[in-house]
Amino acid sequence: MRELLRTFVKRLTALFRRRRLEDDLDEELRSHLEMAIELNVRKGMSAADARQEALRSFGGVERTKEMYRDQRGLPMIETAWQDLRFGFRTLRRSPGFTLLAMLCLTLGIGANAAVFSWVEGILLRPYPLVSHQERLVALAGTVGAERDETSWPDLLDVQRSCTLCETLFVSNITGATLSIGERAQVITGSIASANYFDAIGVHPMLGRGFEPGEDSGRNAHPVVVISYHLWQTRFKGDREIIGKTQRFNNVVHTIIGVAPEGFYGTFVGRGIEFWVPASMLEAFNAGYAKLEDRGARWAEAYVRLKPGVTRNQAQQEISAIAARLEAEYPATNRGRDIKVWALWQTPFNHAGELLPIFEIMVVVVMFVLLIVCANVGNLLLVRSFARRHEMTVRLAVGAGRGRLLRQLVTEGLLLSACGAAGGILVAYWCRHALVLLFPVRGGNVVYLPGEIDWRVLAVSGAVCLITTLLLGLIPAMQTSKIDLAGALKSDSAGVVGGGGRTWVRSSLVVLQVTLSFILLVGATLLMQSLRKIRTTNPGFSTTRVFDTSVTLAAAGYDAPRAKTFQDELIQRVRALPGVEAAAYARVVPLGYDSFSSTPIAVDDYEPRANEQPTAEYNEVSPNYFATLGIPRISGREFTRADDENAPRVAIVNQTMAARYWRGQNPIGERLQVKGNWVQVVGVVKDSKYYNMDETPRPFFYVPLRQYFDIEPDIHIRTTQPLQTIQTALIREVRALDPNLALYEMITLQEQVNRSTSQQLVAVTLVALFGGLALLLASIGLYGVMSYIVSQSTRELGLRMALGAGASNVMCLVLSRGLLLTTTGIVIGVAAALLLTRLLGNLLYQVSPRDPLAFGSALVVITIASFVACFLPAWRATRVDPARALRD
Amino acid sequence: MAISKSEVLQGTLDLLVLKTLDSMGSMHGFGIALRIQQVSEDLLQLNQGTLYPALLRLEQRGWIASKWGVSENNRKAKYYSLTRAGCRRLVEEAESWDRMSAMINRVLRTT
Repeated sequence: MRELLRTFVKRLTALFRRRRLEDDLDEELRSHLEMAIELNVRKGMSAADARQEALRSFGGVERTKEMYRDQRGLPMIETAWQDLRFGFRTLRRSPGFTLLAMLCLTLGIGANAAVFSWVEGILLRPYPLVSHQERLVALAGTVGAERDETSWPDLLDVQRSCTLCETLFVSNITGATLSIGERAQVITGSIASANYFDAIGVHPMLGRGFEPGEDSGRNAHPVVVISYHLWQTRFKGDREIIGKTQRFNNVVHTIIGVAPEGFYGTFVGRGIEFWVPASMLEAFNAGYAKLEDRGARWAEAYVRLKPGVTRNQAQQEISAIAARLEAEYPATNRGRDIKVWALWQTPFNHAGELLPIFEIMVVVVMFVLLIVCANVGNLLLVRSFARRHEMTVRLAVGAGRGRLLRQLVTEGLLLSACGAAGGILVAYWCRHALVLLFPVRGGNVVYLPGEIDWRVLAVSGAVCLITTLLLGLIPAMQTSKIDLAGALKSDSAGVVGGGGRTWVRSSLVVLQVTLSFILLVGATLLMQSLRKIRTTNPGFSTTRVFDTSVTLAAAGYDAPRAKTFQDELIQRVRALPGVEAAAYARVVPLGYDSFSSTPIAVDDYEPRANEQPTAEYNEVSPNYFATLGIPRISGREFTRADDENAPRVAIVNQTMAARYWRGQNPIGERLQVKGNWVQVVGVVKDSKYYNMDETPRPFFYVPLRQYFDIEPDIHIRTTQPLQTIQTALIREVRALDPNLALYEMITLQEQVNRSTSQQLVAVTLVALFGGLALLLASIGLYGVMSYIVSQSTRELGLRMALGAGASNVMCLVLSRGLLLTTTGIVIGVAAALLLTRLLGNLLYQVSPRDPLAFGSALVVITIASFVACFLPAWRATRVDPARALRD
Repeated sequence: MAISKSEVLQGTLDLLVLKTLDSMGSMHGFGIALRIQQVSEDLLQLNQGTLYPALLRLEQRGWIASKWGVSENNRKAKYYSLTRAGCRRLVEEAESWDRMSAMINRVLRTT
């Protein structure tokens, strides 16, 4: 064994000292022969005989040297090196071809590498610095078939009794206000369990993480760990920061630690800027949920499974625990289960909504790569035809077909390796590109990084190898057909109408047309869906209604002060020129914040077994429906009289009226909200609450005064543009209290657009790649048609000599090209009918077989192929019959 | 009858070279070739050239070492000598050759 290794090392080092060793060999053999000759002369031979005899008994100097060289170095590597250098020279000789091929491959492999890096960085290993992410799973509650959050006591019970879990930690996204001048900014933070930093294996670079017990007690531990980014930007990298205080949501927090650089928390899509222990929950959700309340469902948790435990096993154990809790606490846990999710399906961050996009993207970039391969393969074919002579000569002087094949594959490898290098560079540049497609929300850190690690490199390498094989095989098919006998026969001319030798190239073009047709159909479907979503009536006015809010909570307002301020401000706002209506609401529709949710009861409504009727509601001020333009069906709006002293009232939407009062008029009836009975005073039309593509859901409204919130959103309906109304509002706010600031102001249309950004991303990416595919396919078609025309000048000349006009010739060539396109489209239609179902959930009110989408893809691709065929066809008409026949 | 070169197995040539170096000490390639021919009384007619890849192979495995030197008639030549590992190898090879030939002899003699 040691000897083999030693031999290998010696042989390997010999590769690098070849010249020196070659000289040594010459010298040694020369001295051998000279000694032999000398001996023979001494034996009495003539000089010539002595030399002859010495050479004879030596037995072939050159052959010996060859054997010696084979023994000395590594012949396989040496031939590979030879092939490589030869391939390099060949490619350099035709720079146009090489550049085009490399560009195509860079695009193809780059698109793959970029998408893989996004999948890796966003879905598979989304949390930099967090240890053992492959064993992390997300926990979310379910009630019946619907998803809900889990409660803190439930999670503590799971943590205590789960034997398959190594650790369980909670990390909920939250926000806190930081004011900068007259504009306030919400920064993203996380409410975490005390074991958070230990559980994920991230240790603060300054100070400490949370200590056990810091997550219990009501508002008992106002401590905060800040992100490196926040430390650098807001605290200017102050090394003495530990122990200093900072107000977060009007509670003074002691800064106990700074998270290390490159740690962005555990929320796909956002960079987390600070972490507070769960004991501070009420300071961050304005008292809506209490920590010890088993019915308060707010927590989002992750579990790291013990090594070797599958998700299924964990699910079974955790469901068993949930069932036990259900039996133990029927009042809060009836019908509730806890579900285990893979990290990339995490329902409570952006992973879940990005997953379908990435599934499609992987398919799309594979298509693009296939098209690229077909294209470069076609280019190689042209070249292999041009190189027939070279190949034939090499075969004739004794190169094996295997050796030729190796040469071709080496050239393919050279091309695809350069393409892969360029592709990884492209992926590196694009690793943060996804962020560009997502709207910035009020200056928040959107964090969607691609991650180029060894796994991505390995997959890209594999893609590159597969590409090489595909590329090498295409010309190899051609080469293996070379017969020596026909070597020097001049190539007989091709025929436009006939298939013959061009069938490989033609089928490659058909493949490209097929694939790009599918991509175009997909892109069109998504575009239609996006247009439908964005133009769907959300049930409220969007263009002329603005939304923002004032930093009352952060400025330390209590409820009485806030009430006075809100009253004064709304009066001033209504008096502003151009303002038609204005109102407050705790939550803006289609925003990130959740509406309040409550178990409800209605007289005469008997819930089914296991049904716990719940509904969501919004706390709104008088004039809310007029401001948003939500039509009232019956009853009245809230008025100033519906305050904390008046009887409690509610307004329900149509769906709620239909479900719980079975179409009877609910006005005057009772509804139980959070244990209190309130009277229904009005019915309004349904609108969209969370998503544009949601189905109508039961929903109701209560007066803000009766369910007060210190920092509601203010909605303003006005004819003024955004800048004007924003300046005016800031002026009015400052006039009341100069310490206050305004959050970001946007129109409700912008709110709609932001809520549909997922679809926008899908459309942008698929359209981008679809366009790229179309371009590549057109180039491919153009190439094949030009080739066919150039090969059949003699036939074309003959036809023209016999009386064919320019239009006949043009028709002939065009019809050949369009035949290829049509074949591609026919296959494409069949394939697209099967594949567009993959778009499933992303399509909104558009059938995956929408004839309009198929039709427009057809038109686009037909036009593109017409353009691609026109130039070669025109060139065909310029053939000079006399010259074509003479040549 | 002369033994044709194809019958000189690779392992045999190795053994002959090692044995030669063992008994004669440091030698150059031509010397080794001559010596093998003499000892085998010209029965073994090997192409002297084949010796060189064999020498390289033995050297790569670390059984012999080489050094440039000057021959008796003042010619530059590469001298080969047995290494310690080569000595051990020779003993092993010789033993296994003995066993092999004894075995073959036995087979041939039993009828």
